[in-house]
Amino acid sequence: MAYPSAAPSSPPRQPSVKVILTSADLQRVVDRIAHQILEKTQGAADTVLLGIPTRGAPLASRLAARISAFEGISVPVGVLDITLYRDDLRRNATRAVGPTQLPAGGIDGKRVVLVDDVLFSGRTVRAALDALGDLGRPASVQLAVLVDRGHRQLPIRADYVGKNIPTALAESVKVTLVETDGTDEVRLYGEEAR
Amino acid sequence: MIRHLLSGADLDADTATQILDTAAEMAAVAGREVKKLPALRGRTVVNLFYEDSTRTRISFEAAAKRLSADVINFSAKGSSVAKGESLKDTALTLQAMGADAVVVRHPASGAPHRLADWVDGSVVNAGDGTHEHPTQALLDAYTMRSRLGRLAGLSVAVVGDVLHSRVARSNVLLLSTLGAKVTLVGPPTLIPVDIAAALAPGTDVCYDLDAVLPSSDVVMMLRVQRERMNDSYFPSAREYARRYGLDGPRMGRLPEHAIVMHPGPMNRGMEITPEVADSPRSTIVEQVANGVSVRMAVLYLLLGGNNR
Repeated sequence: MAYPSAAPSSPPRQPSVKVILTSADLQRVVDRIAHQILEKTQGAADTVLLGIPTRGAPLASRLAARISAFEGISVPVGVLDITLYRDDLRRNATRAVGPTQLPAGGIDGKRVVLVDDVLFSGRTVRAALDALGDLGRPASVQLAVLVDRGHRQLPIRADYVGKNIPTALAESVKVTLVETDGTDEVRLYGEEAR
Repeated sequence: MIRHLLSGADLDADTATQILDTAAEMAAVAGREVKKLPALRGRTVVNLFYEDSTRTRISFEAAAKRLSADVINFSAKGSSVAKGESLKDTALTLQAMGADAVVVRHPASGAPHRLADWVDGSVVNAGDGTHEHPTQALLDAYTMRSRLGRLAGLSVAVVGDVLHSRVARSNVLLLSTLGAKVTLVGPPTLIPVDIAAALAPGTDVCYDLDAVLPSSDVVMMLRVQRERMNDSYFPSAREYARRYGLDGPRMGRLPEHAIVMHPGPMNRGMEITPEVADSPRSTIVEQVANGVSVRMAVLYLLLGGNNR
């Protein structure tokens, strides 16, 4: 004897995922930022690109490669780990510290362009500015990000933005890069996917 | 992450490697314009030293200060301990003052373990009696890794007064966790029976230094504790130096790449000749510098996050 079937369950909710930038889009965006850096810095003289791990570091290398392809100049690239300067260290389990590598010429008197994947609260950039201050005295500091998703909690803005994505606070933006994740893509996840 | 660092056995291979990797990043701070990181701002580290110590206390103090922690130095001499206060009462006093970490050196083996039960903060063993000194083992491992590029598969000879050496015990525990092979070398009177098997399986004991040298990647000389020389562990200082001291000809028997270590303070002419101590193979000064980086890593990993 068959039991009466229960009320039909609602179909499993698909987490809403939207691809914001495809691999080709991402390349074009990087190209544009490279051009903008060249334009705004009059040829990228005395300029240093510092990537913020994890994904800012490969982005900085890509920008340097594109600048070199466009103008034949090599811009020094480095990595700036900001773990020890975060303001939320005590709220989480201990974070692993990554390497900081400054280019041979250092950053004193240079124009430093910080590179990160997503600009959100601005706290990462605040930490990066503090870290820079302990490493030397740049002539100026600029910020390049692949995605600006809004919701700033500090008075910080980017000089170069790949794409502005209006988001809800509960949504999340995920950047994947070939160097770190195997594919180039930027995706926006809805609330239920978190 | 672990809460206390009391013994070399508290660390599994992953945690120990994480400490060494973090120490490598901390070492970069020493070469910077501002030799300070804000990671432990507002945290208090108490150095509680019941025994004389120069390098360990200064090393911990420098490490805590470079991470922006507040440091309180407490030495038993000239303190309430001289008036007869017990370790527990001292611990409760430190607790009431809000110590986030207590770095303790004590002549009694096991004192840091007791202390860990009494205080809420993290306890770091900076040497207890003849028992353990885990941060020394970590800085030794760090030094070996940075000089030789690896730890797994290394042959390490630990030579001298193993009986009284907390450095030896912690090193055997940590190095065997990290895959190195340790041989304890010294006169039979200074190597406890069965110590090798009790500490870590795979550890060897040998009473002949010359037999061990040709196959050693690292020779770690232990300090002969002169205050114990009258206890007839060996006939005379000269005989000890002749059989177990590291001099130029003996150093020549080591493989080309091998390094010579010593935890300090040295008795030049006793366990090590000046010729060896000042040679490029000796890592003795490096060990001191690495000590600060390793202790920064330990303090950061114990106190940096919300690990309670």
